[in-house]
Amino acid sequence: MRRRLAILGAAALALAGAHALRATAVVEGGVNDPAVLSGTPKTLSAFGFFRAGASHVPNPGIIPYTLNTPLWSDGADKLRFIYLPPGKQLAEGGEGLLRFPVGSAIIKTFAFGEGAARRLIETRVLLHRAEGWVALPYRWNTDQTEATLALAGGRVDLVTPAGEAISYAIPNKNQCKSCHSKDGQVVPIGPQARNLPGEWLKRMSASGLLDRVPQIASSLPDWSSKGEGAAAPRARAYLDVNCAHCHQPGGAASNSGLDLRWEQRDPHSLGVMKRPVAAGRGAGGLLFSIVPGRPDESILLYRMESADPGVAMPELGRSSVDREGVAAVRQWIAEMQ
Amino acid sequence: MAMGRIAFLCAGAALALAVPAAAGVHRVEPGEGAGERLQEALILAEPGDTVELGAGRFVLTDGLSLDVDNVTVRGAGPHLTVLDFTGQAGAGEGLLVTSDNVTLRDFAVENPRGDGIKSKGADNIVYHRIRVTWTGGPKAENGAYGIYPVESTGVLIAHAEVSGASDAGIYVGQSRAITVRNSVATDNVAGIEIENSRDALVTRNYVSRNTGGILVFDLPGLPVMGGGNVLVTHNLVAGNNTPNFAPPGNIVAAVPRGTGIMVMANEKVWIEGNVVQDNPTAPFMVVAYTQAFEDPRYNPFPREVVIAGNVVDQGASDPDLPGAPLLLAAFGGTLPPVLSDGLRDPAGAAALFVHEGLPGWSLNLARQGQSLAEARPGPLAAPVPGAKWSLDGIGAPAELEARLK
Repeated sequence: MRRRLAILGAAALALAGAHALRATAVVEGGVNDPAVLSGTPKTLSAFGFFRAGASHVPNPGIIPYTLNTPLWSDGADKLRFIYLPPGKQLAEGGEGLLRFPVGSAIIKTFAFGEGAARRLIETRVLLHRAEGWVALPYRWNTDQTEATLALAGGRVDLVTPAGEAISYAIPNKNQCKSCHSKDGQVVPIGPQARNLPGEWLKRMSASGLLDRVPQIASSLPDWSSKGEGAAAPRARAYLDVNCAHCHQPGGAASNSGLDLRWEQRDPHSLGVMKRPVAAGRGAGGLLFSIVPGRPDESILLYRMESADPGVAMPELGRSSVDREGVAAVRQWIAEMQ
Repeated sequence: MAMGRIAFLCAGAALALAVPAAAGVHRVEPGEGAGERLQEALILAEPGDTVELGAGRFVLTDGLSLDVDNVTVRGAGPHLTVLDFTGQAGAGEGLLVTSDNVTLRDFAVENPRGDGIKSKGADNIVYHRIRVTWTGGPKAENGAYGIYPVESTGVLIAHAEVSGASDAGIYVGQSRAITVRNSVATDNVAGIEIENSRDALVTRNYVSRNTGGILVFDLPGLPVMGGGNVLVTHNLVAGNNTPNFAPPGNIVAAVPRGTGIMVMANEKVWIEGNVVQDNPTAPFMVVAYTQAFEDPRYNPFPREVVIAGNVVDQGASDPDLPGAPLLLAAFGGTLPPVLSDGLRDPAGAAALFVHEGLPGWSLNLARQGQSLAEARPGPLAAPVPGAKWSLDGIGAPAELEARLK
């Protein structure tokens, strides 16, 4: 009985933030480190990231986090977690990705629906192994009791928060890599210092889970603050998070010459008056990626507004159109001189 | 004791011999769940393995991908094994390859929503007896490229058959050490396009009913530029007269209907021994990049493009060019076979050399990016070719040829 209380207490702490996690150590039912380090577990539960049952409550040592501007995936709710092996910490790497020790995991669960109606659809895990990062997709069962390895991906019919009935695509293992590759290696995308809440970074550092708080000149804006603030930072943050994993040197779309990273300052690299290279019908009869002041003549926006495979960008990870993202980028292009 | 030892040695030798033969074969048949079964096989394949596709039609809703080195994907034949993407709901291409030393052979891809087969950063890839077709014929809604290797070293495309691409049927981009051979490209905007690539051999292909037959382009603003050292030889480039159906905005949308072999920018392109007939805008066209650009690394001019001995008709009698009637009248009803824009690198080699006696005409433009409306057409005066430069090392590495057996 006492032991059970202790576990619950630890879970509550994990949910509350990163405080005092060091003290919770590993308890029964905790993370299975060998599974993080090797093999291809057939079930998500084999990792021990979450407590058994349908509640999706993380085990001790699993640290939740959020992003300032998140990737949009048909409006899915994302539950994001980090796991660090016992006694290890993150190292800051400037404004970019935090550096994860071998044995770490990054876990992201995609869910639709609110409250009791919430359905877990899939959980994607990134495992940092001696040979590099490995990405694996897991698909939740109807009872919501287990997620099983879906190497070949899959499709789920569901209704998005915007009310659209779609065929939602769970990526296959290769598609995981397609977005997560940089110079041929699998790398995390999300946990970049400039896209993590400052408070979270401070807490992680204070609790010894991060060596020190990174220096950040300009953080990505908080997307949930909706339309407040200037158009440019919002749009640029959106493009960085939703597009730049492929559209950067060394990324999957490097051959396009388009570089949509937050730090990119060259207008042509960002698409301004840049002609398409291999867009095909994706160009929609338009001549340039971005025509300043003319969103409706800009290929970039045309592709964001499409859900047609062969036209739609990003190519992977969405089956519907992100109206809010489109609005932000539209405003940015419209205001551009 | 001795016998035991011999037996042990035999077992060891047998095991060692068995290793190459143990390379796995993953057999996938069409039918229920074919997409997931096939994708799973492509993921679970180990280097050295073969993924074998049964005969029949694989009805697919999602793009496939391969990311394991040294894998062969082999069907029963380009008209027997069909990957049917007519109902594709996701991904930018039918099949994406991102690993090295892959062989794709003996199957077809039909009606992908985007590109047919794309291989990116996939060195030493072989496409053999691959067919990519949009079955509705030339349409702007078709995908851009049929066979699409990019950013790769070592590309061999042989006995391929591609039709209906709204950009290029066979497109090799930002790559080097390339052979495109014995292939059929029809009813595309561009039949075969070599773009921002070096050391390419395009030979013995049948290229017909496209808007433009064979294009050798170099474009600015890309990670890999400086295209050149290309040999285009022994191709049949005939009857390329399909109205341009590329979506506007793409570079090939500017290719006039009726173009045979076209070179834009590039250095050292040798064109010889081709049969070039019934391409009514220009059997041969050699021009500078036509648009404005800001890339300081880029040279927009053709340098040392050689049109040596080819079998070519009298020229162009139905040009898809502004002012066509006036042009035809000025040249006596037929435009001579070679069209040049008259531009050359002011600091570099001559743009164009033409076989003795082969007539041409020039737009006589004065500067790169100038409007065609300002052309001052007149007869072309181009020097005759000198000795052929060394083409050693051109084309795909021999190791790729060995895989065709």
